[in-house]
Amino acid sequence: MAFLEIEHLRKSFGPLTVVEDFNLAIERGEFVSFLGPSGCGKTTTLRMVAGFETPSSGAIRIDGKDVTRARPNQRNVGMVFQAYALFPNMTIAENVGFGLKVANRPAAEIKSRVEEMLALIKLPQLGGRYPYQLSGGQQQRVALARALAVKPKVLLLDEPLSALDAKIRVSLRQEIRAIQRELGITAIYVTHDQEEALSISDRIVVMSQGRMEQVGTPFEIYNYPRTRFVASFVGTLNVLKSRIVDAASGRITVDDQPIVASAGLDGVQAGEFRSIALRPEAVSLSAPAADGNVLDGTVEEVSFLGSVVRIRVRFGENTISFDTFNKPSAPPPERGQKVTVAFARDALLVLDGSEAA
Amino acid sequence: MKRSSLGHWIALGIGALYFLVPLIATFEFSLRMRRGEYSFDAYRVVLADARFQATFGYSTMLALATIVVGVLLVVPTAYWIQLRLPKLRPVVEFITLLPLVIPAIVLVFGYLRIYNSSSLLPMTSNERATDLLLTFGYVTLALPYMYRAVDNGLRAIDVRTLTEAAESLGASWPTILFRIIFPNVRVAVLSGAFLTFAIVIGEFTFAALLDRPAFGPYLQLIGANRAYEPSALAIIAFAVTWACMGLINVVGRASRGATPTVP
Repeated sequence: MAFLEIEHLRKSFGPLTVVEDFNLAIERGEFVSFLGPSGCGKTTTLRMVAGFETPSSGAIRIDGKDVTRARPNQRNVGMVFQAYALFPNMTIAENVGFGLKVANRPAAEIKSRVEEMLALIKLPQLGGRYPYQLSGGQQQRVALARALAVKPKVLLLDEPLSALDAKIRVSLRQEIRAIQRELGITAIYVTHDQEEALSISDRIVVMSQGRMEQVGTPFEIYNYPRTRFVASFVGTLNVLKSRIVDAASGRITVDDQPIVASAGLDGVQAGEFRSIALRPEAVSLSAPAADGNVLDGTVEEVSFLGSVVRIRVRFGENTISFDTFNKPSAPPPERGQKVTVAFARDALLVLDGSEAA
Repeated sequence: MKRSSLGHWIALGIGALYFLVPLIATFEFSLRMRRGEYSFDAYRVVLADARFQATFGYSTMLALATIVVGVLLVVPTAYWIQLRLPKLRPVVEFITLLPLVIPAIVLVFGYLRIYNSSSLLPMTSNERATDLLLTFGYVTLALPYMYRAVDNGLRAIDVRTLTEAAESLGASWPTILFRIIFPNVRVAVLSGAFLTFAIVIGEFTFAALLDRPAFGPYLQLIGANRAYEPSALAIIAFAVTWACMGLINVVGRASRGATPTVP
């Protein structure tokens, strides 16, 4: 039995269903991210786990105990909010010790736990300050310490880094992951930032329009997206319109140029139009491998980004964007230049659903 | 630009004269008790009057009781409206404005009709019960000011997230209200409290018709029978009101100095 089980969870606000048939089993100590665009239902699902929203149907069990209808203060679930939510009238130490004080723990225990938590977030000397005297990153670390001080069974993080600047976001997400690993706590992390989800999660749940699109490790989600939505939402993707020539041999055409896909054409009829996808890192301007694909096109745009150069090549109706490393000895092609791009057969992802001609 | 600036100063001057001339005239008149010279005799007489001390003390006690009842009524209500029933906000705002629209005399006659000595709840049958009724009446009169002050304070903090954060840490509703919400709307509550104090100290209609020995009826009594003392009392009442306003500013400023800027 998994540590946290969510079964057939549904949430409706009047006629609007925001979460539909959500099923997930999370193991003890696992770090799972809910990833999706705004309005996909990820935060509502998290809030149902926290107890701030009551599910319309379905069940939530934590450590074997059904908490579906339990009040938030009876679940022993720690929550970190996007807006920090530190209590402005309390010092940092009082904030961190609040949950323990509410639980009527002895003063000596509260003091030592607060010191332990402040040391964990590397702010041991700031216990006497007030939240407004801290930077955003420091405040969020305090919010994390406050949530962890009560030794919750599950840690919930609702877009905790969204209000911070890019550099702090990267360092703090690594810090959150390190602390989660150190304490071995089960965590659910809500984000719309795919890089964030890919970099820190054991597993990712990609959501769209209230439904789970795919659950998998970052590697699986990125490399083997099961739906067009996952493919387009996670990572950068070139989606090309293709026509199937012979499904059995994998032969297809893109803007009348023949290429071969190694998989994904089962049950597809010849003459059908399909969307195929290519990750930018699978594409290069170098010579193709023996069994590789090539497409001839014209350079439409070249963007110099410092260490990399982003190139967009047009092949009639379709375009492909990809990056190459900036090499002073080998300048990038110029706009309007004819080029050949190469990619492996197994780099082609054939997406679900046929396309109109 | 210059002409416009001059116009502003003229408007300000006229406004200041409109408010200050009667005040200065009243103050000047209050100093004329001793024939041929200015003195504070009227103030000495008023402050030495046992009835002044008794009525002022009574009204002060009632003002404090009104503040306590008002805060206990308004803060949880405004908090709940903001947190769970935001759609009811216009309705509640309308209700809290009613005391400004309905004259105090109508309210007090309503009270007398409902709570007279032969009613089911005879709150006018003894003095303590009448004091309680008067307190509730004052809570109603102060409602527009107290509700707005508290509501503004609650809007300045993220009530929902703070509540959820406290809940997730195991806090119950009373803990959230008294340990999180009250301390964070302290300045707003104090503003409402000072306004309530200023209203109650000078209130006449409720106290007179419920026959209670409050400061308002005393002001009226002195005004009807003496020459210089009413002016002195008017200035004292004015000073009390302005002291309350000043305290609102002082507390607000002190708090702004120590209040977090939202990141």
